[in-house]
Amino acid sequence: MSSTKPMTKRRIGVLALQGGFEAHERRLTALGHEPVRVRYATQFDELDGLILPGGESTTHLKLIALEGLGPVLDAFVATQKPVLATCAGLILSARTVSGPSQASFGFLDVAVRRNAWGRQLDSFGAIADDSDVPLTFIRAPRIESVGPGVEVVLRYHGEPVLVRSGAFFGATFHPELTSDVRVHRQVFGGDLTLASTPAPVRG
Amino acid sequence: MKNQNTDKKSPYEIKVGLAEMLKGGVIMDVMNVEQARIAEDAGATAVMALERVPAQIRSEGGVARASDPAMIEAIQAAVSIPVMAKCRIGHTTEAQILQALEVDFIDESEVLTPADEDFHIDKHAFAIPFVSGSTNIGEALRRIGEGAAMMRTKGEAGTGNIVEAVRHLRSLRTAIRRITQLLPEEIMTEAKLHGMPYDLVRYVHEHGKLPVPNFAAGGIATPADAALCMSLGAEAVFVGSGIFLSEDPAKRARAVVQATTYWNDAKKLVEISRGIGQAMRGIEMDKIPEGERLSKRGW
Repeated sequence: MSSTKPMTKRRIGVLALQGGFEAHERRLTALGHEPVRVRYATQFDELDGLILPGGESTTHLKLIALEGLGPVLDAFVATQKPVLATCAGLILSARTVSGPSQASFGFLDVAVRRNAWGRQLDSFGAIADDSDVPLTFIRAPRIESVGPGVEVVLRYHGEPVLVRSGAFFGATFHPELTSDVRVHRQVFGGDLTLASTPAPVRG
Repeated sequence: MKNQNTDKKSPYEIKVGLAEMLKGGVIMDVMNVEQARIAEDAGATAVMALERVPAQIRSEGGVARASDPAMIEAIQAAVSIPVMAKCRIGHTTEAQILQALEVDFIDESEVLTPADEDFHIDKHAFAIPFVSGSTNIGEALRRIGEGAAMMRTKGEAGTGNIVEAVRHLRSLRTAIRRITQLLPEEIMTEAKLHGMPYDLVRYVHEHGKLPVPNFAAGGIATPADAALCMSLGAEAVFVGSGIFLSEDPAKRARAVVQATTYWNDAKKLVEISRGIGQAMRGIEMDKIPEGERLSKRGW
C-alpha cells in the first residue's frame, strides 16, 4: 500500500479485557492507525489515544480492579489524549450509573442507565437524528442527563447518543459494528484514503 | 462518503452484535439465583440458566428438558448481565417459550435430550439470537445457515475433560485453513462434500474464519483449560459443570474469567491457578459408551 499523503499514524490502545475490542481494531486499521491491545498497566505510556470498548461493564470493572488499572486509566484521561468509550465503556466512564447502580470512573459528566432499552429482544439498528450516521444499539445504555461541560454530538429521537467533553467521547451505540468510520475518525483523526471498504462485520 | 445502505442493520447483524460483545468472556451455567449472583460477581459476561448442570444430567439420566420459566425469571431478576437458556434440539416450542421469556440467547443444546432427530430449529424465524454446538466445520456452517448467530464447540459436556473441546477446536481450525487455500472452482465441491451452504464456504474462504464468533464449551474445568481453548482460536468460553461442581465456585469462577483474558501469559496463569480448591472430578472418555456421548447428538 503506497502512502498517498502525509497523515498522523497514531498508536491507539484498545482495552482488551473482554468484549468488542477486535471490531474497534478493524476500524482503527481502516483509518491508518495502529491498534494496540491493552491489558496491563505498563502499556499506557506510549499510547496516543484509547478506546474503552463494549462488552459487559460488570466484567470490565472486575478485571480493571484485579489488574489495578483504575489509577492508570485516571492518569491517561488526565493527559487529554483522545478517548472513545462505547456502550459498556461509556458506562464505566459515566459520573453515575443506574439500572442497577455500580461503580464508575466519572470521566464524563453524564448519568447513564444500563440496559435501558430492555433485553436483547429490544436491541436495534437506527439512524441518528439530522444525520446519516448508523447506530447499532445492543442491550444499550441511555444517557439520562448531561452535565454543563458536555457537548451532545449525536442524538437519536432527541436524546443524546454520542457526547464529548474535550477529547473524551462517549457513545451509547456501537460505531465499530458498522462499516462507517466517521465516529472513529472524529475522535482520532485518520486518513480516509487508506480506508478501503472493510468486510461487513459479522463476527 | 461510504455507502450508507450497507449499514442498515438486519436483525441478524444485531444478533451477531451481542455475540461480538461476549467475546473474551466466560458464560457460566447456573442452577439458581445464588449461583447466578456468584457468577456475576466473579465477572461472568452471561449466565446460562438450567435446572441441572450437564454432569448431573449425565449421572441422573432421564429426559433433560428446557428449564421451568419460574427459575429463569428469578435469575433474570437477580442479575444485570445477559441470561441465556437451553432448549432441546429441534424443539421449536421450547424455543418460542424462551423467546417469550425474553432470554438474551437461546442455546439449542445437545446437553438436553433431542426432540427431533432429523431437523434443527429454523433459527431465522426468531428475534432472539441462537447459539449452537458443533464438532466440525460442516456442522458449524449448517447451523449458521439455519440462523445461529454464535457457535460453540460441543466438547463433551459434564465430563470435566477438555479433550473433546480441543478436538473440535482443532478440527475447525484445520478445516478453515484448508478452505482458505482452495481454488475458487474447488469451493462448490467442498460445499457438496461436507453438506455446507455454498455462500458460507465462500465467506470462510475469503475471511479465514467463521462468519460468527466461535466459543469453546464442553469439559472446561480449570483456568488452564479456558486458556488452552483461547489459544486454539476460541473467542470466549462456556463453563458448565466445571464451576459449581468444584470445591470453591466463587474462586474458580473468578480464576476462569481472568484466565480467559490473560490466556497468553503463563506467569499470570500461575497466580490465577494457585489455591483455588479442587476442580470437579471428571470422567475419562473411554469410560463413556459411544451411545451416551452428548457430542454425537445433532448432525
